[in-house]
Amino acid sequence: MAGLEAEKMVAVAPAFDKVVVAQVLSKEKHPDADRLNLLKVDVGQVEPLDIVCGAQNVTVGMKAPCALVGAKLPGMEIKQAKVRGVVSSGMMCSAKELGLAEESSGLLELSADAEVGQSIRQHLDLDDHLITLKLTPNRGDCLSLYGIAREVAALVHAPFPVLEEPSFDQASNEKINVRVADVAACPRYTGRVIAGVDAKAATPAWMVRRLERCGLRSISAIVDVTNYVLLEFGQPLHAFDLSKLNGGITVRFALAGERIKLLNEQTIELQDDMLVIADDKAPVALAGVMGGADSAVTDTTTDIFLESAFFAPSVIVGKSRRLGFGSDSSYRFERGVDFAATRMALERATQLVLEICGGQAGAISEARATLPARPPILLRASRVERVLGLSVVSLGGADEVGRMLSRLGMICRRNGDEFSVTPPSYRFDIAIEEDLIEEIARVRGYENLTAATPQARMTMLPLTEEQRPLAKLRQALVLRDYQETINYAFVESEWERDLCGNTTPIALKNPIASQMSVMRSSLLGGLLAALRTNLARKQPRVRLFEMGGCFAAEAGGYVQRERVAGLTYGSALPEQWGAAARNVDFYDVKADVEALFAPATLSLVAATHPASHPGRSAQIWLNGEKAGWIGELHPQWMRQYDIPQPVVWFEVDLAALVRAEMPHVGEISRFPPVRRDLAVVVDEGLTVQFLLDAMRAAQAPNICELALFDLYRAKGVGDGKKSLAFRVLLQDTQKTLTDGEVDQSIARLVAVLQQHGAQLRM
Amino acid sequence: MQELELILDEALKQFAATAQAAELEQVKARYLGKEGSLTGLLKSLGRLPAEDRPAAGARINRVKQTIEIALQARRDAIQQQALQQKLAAEALDVTLPGRGLDVGGLHPVTRVLDRIETLFHSIGFDVATGPEIENDFYNFTALNIPQNHPARAMHDTFYIDEQHVLRTHTSPIQIRYMQAHTEKYRSFQTMPDIRIIAPGRVYRVDSDATHSPMFHQVEGLWIGEQVSFANLEHLISFFLTEFFENKAIKVRFRPSFFPFTEPSAEFDMRWKGGWLEIGGCGMVHPNVLKHVGIDSEKYIGFAFGVGVERLAMLRYGVNDLRLFFENDLQFLKQFN
Repeated sequence: MAGLEAEKMVAVAPAFDKVVVAQVLSKEKHPDADRLNLLKVDVGQVEPLDIVCGAQNVTVGMKAPCALVGAKLPGMEIKQAKVRGVVSSGMMCSAKELGLAEESSGLLELSADAEVGQSIRQHLDLDDHLITLKLTPNRGDCLSLYGIAREVAALVHAPFPVLEEPSFDQASNEKINVRVADVAACPRYTGRVIAGVDAKAATPAWMVRRLERCGLRSISAIVDVTNYVLLEFGQPLHAFDLSKLNGGITVRFALAGERIKLLNEQTIELQDDMLVIADDKAPVALAGVMGGADSAVTDTTTDIFLESAFFAPSVIVGKSRRLGFGSDSSYRFERGVDFAATRMALERATQLVLEICGGQAGAISEARATLPARPPILLRASRVERVLGLSVVSLGGADEVGRMLSRLGMICRRNGDEFSVTPPSYRFDIAIEEDLIEEIARVRGYENLTAATPQARMTMLPLTEEQRPLAKLRQALVLRDYQETINYAFVESEWERDLCGNTTPIALKNPIASQMSVMRSSLLGGLLAALRTNLARKQPRVRLFEMGGCFAAEAGGYVQRERVAGLTYGSALPEQWGAAARNVDFYDVKADVEALFAPATLSLVAATHPASHPGRSAQIWLNGEKAGWIGELHPQWMRQYDIPQPVVWFEVDLAALVRAEMPHVGEISRFPPVRRDLAVVVDEGLTVQFLLDAMRAAQAPNICELALFDLYRAKGVGDGKKSLAFRVLLQDTQKTLTDGEVDQSIARLVAVLQQHGAQLRM
Repeated sequence: MQELELILDEALKQFAATAQAAELEQVKARYLGKEGSLTGLLKSLGRLPAEDRPAAGARINRVKQTIEIALQARRDAIQQQALQQKLAAEALDVTLPGRGLDVGGLHPVTRVLDRIETLFHSIGFDVATGPEIENDFYNFTALNIPQNHPARAMHDTFYIDEQHVLRTHTSPIQIRYMQAHTEKYRSFQTMPDIRIIAPGRVYRVDSDATHSPMFHQVEGLWIGEQVSFANLEHLISFFLTEFFENKAIKVRFRPSFFPFTEPSAEFDMRWKGGWLEIGGCGMVHPNVLKHVGIDSEKYIGFAFGVGVERLAMLRYGVNDLRLFFENDLQFLKQFN
C-alpha cells in the first residue's frame, strides 16, 4: 500500500514431505524388466534402501532426491510396493515428480556435496517464496533486493543496517588506464583487473538457485557474479576478458560507421548518440546495455577486467527500444542507478569472484566527474496542506513530517514552516516539492488521509439550442429500431479499397493484426462486419448504427470526422401478424435519415458510391452542403461478403446533423387552407425532386405546402412515363383566398411542369 | 275516459314489446300519427261542450306526454342496445402484438458513458473531446512523458508515423482543453475553474480476454485555486457510490506513478471479497500545468481516469471484454 505493489506471491515448490537427499550405492538390472534397475540407496539411515528405478540417467554414486515410504508428493503417496516382483522401499524422484518443473527427464541430480539424509526441502531451500513486485518506472531505486529492503525498512520503521565493506586482499596494484571522453554521459567509471581466475569454476548451488528464482539462467561463475550483484544492489556490472582488450578503456560516443557484435550475437551499426566502452582499437561494449561478444569472458579466460559504472539515464534511455532488445542493465540505467554505490558494487563483485574463481585483485581504476546534483528542495508546510487538503497537525506536526522524509534517506533542514530537503543519491524521482508531498502521503498511507468534499463557486454550464445533443440523435435512431454498435476504428485495408475506393488509407505502423491495419474512413465496413457476425448467428433482420470518428490524411496532418452510419437488412418490419412481410428498401432508410435530420429537409442527388448499387445510390445534401450518403449495397459486395439479401445503408456527417436552428415563430393563419391536386405524366427520367425544386423556384404566391402524394406506372400511362400527383396547399394569413388567386398560383405551377414536358391529367 | 286509460295502457305495452327502431316508429304512428288513436281523441274534442273541452284536452295531453316520454325512453333503450351489440361485435383481441417497428437500443458503453456524463454534469463538469489520432506532444510530451522516457513503455502505443499515434489515453484532451481555457481567460485576473470530463476511445497494442486494442476511458479534470488530494479522494468515492447506486461501496487509494500527476494514486473498489482496480488519479503535475501556461503556484488541480468497459462489466455483470466489440445482437439487446 505504499507504492510497492506485490503482484503475486507463490511458493517455490508445492507441498510435499519425506523426501531426502539420497546417494545411489549400487545398480543392478531388474531380472524381469529391461528398463528398470534395482538400486541400493543411502538415505542416511542405518541400512541402505532397495529401490526399483526406471530413470535412464541413474549412475552409481549420484545424488538425487528420494521419496521415502509414506511421503506425500504432488498427486501421489509413496508406499512400499513390489515392482515386477521386486520390493521397492521408496522412489527416486525427478524434478517433475516433486512439482519443481513442468517437464524433466531422469532424476533430479543433486550436487556432490549434498548431505545425504537431509530433507530435500532444506537442501534446495524449497520453503522459500517468490514475491513478484510491480514497480512503477519512477522507482529504479527498488530494482534490487537491497533497494527493496531499504524502502520497506523506511516504511515499517525498521532499522536498516549499514552494510559492511566487502573484505578481501588486494593482491596487486595492477590496473589499466580508464579515460572518460564524455563526462556528462558517464560521470563515474570504476574498474578492476582480477588476474588468474578460474573461469571454469562452478557457480555455487545457492547462487544458481537464487539467480534462477529471479528468472536468470546460470551462465558461468563470472557472469553469474555480475548478475548476482545486479540483483543484490541494482548496479549493472560487466566483465571483460582482459586478454582481449587492446590497451586502456575509453568511454566515448560511437563514431559513424563503427560496428559491434554484442553478446546476443547481433551485430549492430552504432550511431553517434550511442555511448560505448572502447579499447584503443574499437568499441568493446555498448555502454549500459550489453557487452561485446569479442571481449566476453569465456571458459579459457584467466584475467578479467570488471566494470562498475554510472551512465546518465538520458544517455541510455530509448536505446533498447531503438535496438529492439533491452537488458537488465539498460532497464536499470534508464531508471537511474545509485551513483554513490558504484564502487561498493565493484568491491562486492570482486569479493565473490575471488571466493568462487580465485585470482588476484588489482587496484581500482576510477574516472570520476561531476555526479548528478541533488539540489535541496524547498518544502512548505502550507503547500503540503494545500495539495493534500489536510493540516500538517493531522500528519503529526512539522517535526513528524521531517522524520518521515529522513527515514526515506533525505536530509531535512527545518526552518519554521519550511524545510530544505536533499534527496538521496539513489532517488532519481524526487525533484520538486510535489514529489516530496507524495512521499509524505505515501509514508502516511493514502488510506489515512481524510477525504473532503470539494467546494466550488456555483456556475451554470452553457446550453446551446443551436446544436442537438448526440444523445438525442442516438435516441432518434433507437426509436426507429436501430441497435447501436461500437466497432474498431482500425479495419481491413480491403474494406477501405472496396467500400470507399480508398487505396491509400492511413496505415498503422504496428498493427495488431492485418484485419486491423488501417484507420477507417467510413463506418460502413465495421457495420457490415457486425452484420455478418449476426448473420452467422442466424439473425434474419439486422438494423445497426454506429456513431464515431472517420479518419483522413490531409495537408498538414490527419483529420477526424465524426459520423453516424446505419445499416438495415432483412424485412422492413419485424415479422408480424398485421403487416405484409417485405424487405427493407431504399425509401425505408431514406425516411429514417429524414427523421434523423428533421425538422431540416434534405435533398438527395443520385450519385455513385463505391459501396453502392449505381442506380440506388445518392448523396445527401442539406442547405447546399454535402452531408452524407445513402444507398443499397452493390450486388458485387453482397456476393463478396456473402450477404444473401439487400443491405441499405447511410452515413452522414455529425457536423451537419447536430446543427439546429432556433425556432422562430411566424404568423398563424386563421383562414382555411385550400387544397388542389396536380396530376401529371412525365418522363421516367425526371426526378420528383427536380420537379418540386422547379415548382418551388416559381415562387407562386400563397403556397404553404407542396408534396408528392402518389406515383404510379402502368400501361395506360405510357412506356417510359410515370404519373405523379402533387398536393398543393394554399393559404393566406390575412384573408380567405379567392378562387381566382388560387387558380393563378396553380397556373404558375402547371406552367413550370409543362415546361418540363409534363402532361396534365385531369 | 275509460278509453284514454286503455290507450295508454296498450301503448306502453306495445312499446315494451317492440325491439326494432323502425317498428317502434310504426307503433308510435298508431297513437300519435295522423290517424293515431290519441290524435283521433284530440280531434274529437270539438264535439264536446265548450266548458268540458279544457279539462278533457288537458287529460288527453297528459296521456300524450306520458306516451311520448315512454316512446323516447324506448327509443333510447333500443339505440343503446344496438350500440351495445355493435360494440360487442367490434371488440378486439387486445393481446395481439402492436403493429410496426420495434425499438432498438444503445450500446452498453454508451449507456455507461451517458451515466457518467450525467453524474458529473450534475456537479458542473462539462464534456470535452479530442482527436483519436494524436500527435506526440499532446499524447506524451505535454503530459510530462518526454521522448524515450521509460514511462512510454507503460503505453503499448500504436504508431501512425514518427509524430502521430493513436492516443493511448484520454489525457491529451486535458491538455487541449487547458490550452483553450487559458487562452480564453488570458486577460482575467483569475480564471474560472476548469471542470471537465473527457470521454473517448483509446488504443493500446494489447489483445486478450481482459485487454482490447481499443477501449474507452473517461478522464476527469478539475483545476482551481482550492482543489486538493482530499477532494479528489472524496469525488472518486462519491462518483463510484452514485454510479453503482450503492452507499456501502468501499474505495481505497494506493500510491502509484503517472508522469502527469504528483502525487499519483490508483484506486480500487471492494468487489466480491477482493479489491478491484478501477482507475488512476492524482494531482496534476506542475510540469503539465507549465506546458499549458497555468501558474502552478496559484492553481492546483487533479485528474482521474477510469476504464468505461471495466465499469460496464461490473455494473452489468459482463465477464468478457470482447463482447463489447463483437456486436452480437443477442448481447446488445440485453441493454435495451
